[in-house]
Amino acid sequence: MDAIIDLLQKNALMPRDEMARLLNMTTADVEVAIAKLEADGIILGYQPVLNREKWHTDKVTAVIEVKITPERDGGFDRIASRIARFPEVQSCYLVSGGYDLLILVEAPNLRAAAAFVSERLSTIDAVQSTATHFRLKTYKENGTSYTFEATSERLSVTP
Amino acid sequence: MSITIADHIRDIPRSGIRDFFEIVQSMDDVISLGIGEPDFATPWHIREAAIYALERGRTGYTSNLGLPRLRRSISDYINKHFAIRYEPLSEILVSVGVSEAIDLALRALLNAGDEVIYHEPCYVSYAPTITMAHGVPVPVRTRAEDGFSLRAEDLEKVITPRSRALMLNFPTNPTGATMEPAELEKIAAVCIRHNLVVLSDEIYSELTYEGAKHTSIAVFPGMKERTVFLHGLSKAFAMTGCRIGFACAPAPLIEAMMKIHQYSILCASIMGQDAAIEALDRGEHSVAQMRREYEMRRNFIVSALNEMGLECRCPRGSFYVFPKITSTGLSSRDFSMRLLQEKKVAVVPGPAFGGGGEGHVRCSFATALPQIKIAMQRMAEFVGELKRESAMVSQ
Repeated sequence: MDAIIDLLQKNALMPRDEMARLLNMTTADVEVAIAKLEADGIILGYQPVLNREKWHTDKVTAVIEVKITPERDGGFDRIASRIARFPEVQSCYLVSGGYDLLILVEAPNLRAAAAFVSERLSTIDAVQSTATHFRLKTYKENGTSYTFEATSERLSVTP
Repeated sequence: MSITIADHIRDIPRSGIRDFFEIVQSMDDVISLGIGEPDFATPWHIREAAIYALERGRTGYTSNLGLPRLRRSISDYINKHFAIRYEPLSEILVSVGVSEAIDLALRALLNAGDEVIYHEPCYVSYAPTITMAHGVPVPVRTRAEDGFSLRAEDLEKVITPRSRALMLNFPTNPTGATMEPAELEKIAAVCIRHNLVVLSDEIYSELTYEGAKHTSIAVFPGMKERTVFLHGLSKAFAMTGCRIGFACAPAPLIEAMMKIHQYSILCASIMGQDAAIEALDRGEHSVAQMRREYEMRRNFIVSALNEMGLECRCPRGSFYVFPKITSTGLSSRDFSMRLLQEKKVAVVPGPAFGGGGEGHVRCSFATALPQIKIAMQRMAEFVGELKRESAMVSQ
């Protein structure tokens, strides 16, 4: 199962018969295994890995550290899911350390991002403070490096 | 004045690979399955450690035997993965790749005319290295039907009173052969009975598949004291250019090998040695990752070759497959040459690896999967065209 997940993470579009060949399985077995991963909710979806340096867009992304006051019932969960529900929030993690939630926000432009922080996020009662860091440049995304390694020049035939 | 070359060097034939390499070099857009080195760059943490060592100005000579710290890492690594204990101060020598270590061991062991047995098909350097050490190379054929592993009775047949050493290389380049521990134990018994020293080149030992665990011949009782265990960082850690190998053997032999090494080489490069420490101490995860990738490519290439009608055994080690091409009616050399010229795919003709290689070609799967896919497609076309050709001729 882990081998299938590894392959999907590298290339979710890899034809299933090719996957079967690599893993010494039948195509049908691979399809069943993937269907099960999807049905069990282990695989929630498939997304492209974008090179944001090449994609000309006004969209801005920010990483926001959020300090919140946990509730007596439910701790951080209710407030975290309330924040996560905003469509601007791409990812939301509870983390250890100097703050509680780390969220990744994407907005159409700088103004919209600022408005989200000041009008939506900061106004929530349980939110004590926020610190917003805008993304300036991406070097690696979801395990894919933007600065590709120079291909080493191997000799064409070696013993 | 004409310069005369020493007889024993002049008589060594040119490498078959060398000729082939020159033809491939002169062509564009060739996909090469003829490369005997990993396509991966050295894992980043290892490169980073080497950079750090350079930053600290570690650029000098090392002890002839190699950095003491590296020899400790080697000792720990061999103990952990092979269950053999070697004393870092006296039983380990760091060399410039395994090739140098083989040369040192042979030169330290052989008197002129001593015979050294090795199994064929095999890595191209064994016979010439024996000759250069004034020994007599004695090949033993291994067979496709045995998966190219070595039979004890075949070994026994070539032993004479002049037999001094046996060279082993499992997993094998070019066949991918491995040895079952029980079979290896039989080989060990023959070596003990005939008092042979064993040079065991275990460079591909991490690259075994389906969870198969590699066993070194040195683990059998009575073997450690007659074995030169040879290993290096090139293949499993993707560090070919660092040129770090090592030999582990009884102290008196290491001492003799060190004499040759100190006067001819002095020491292996310290940059490579520093990188090797990081690799051996913390590289296990990187090796496992590369092994998984090789295993998937192996599965792919074996099924593709068999599907196109080239009988191909699934190798349990190394990153080579050694398919049989006799069904095409061509010799190994003609097959390789025409495949190169007509489809721009380079494979190495089996006879380049000595006797028993005719009828086979070596394909390396140390090449990225997209390349392998194109190569297999082109090879399938080629084999299909050959079949149609021979059908036309027979009509």
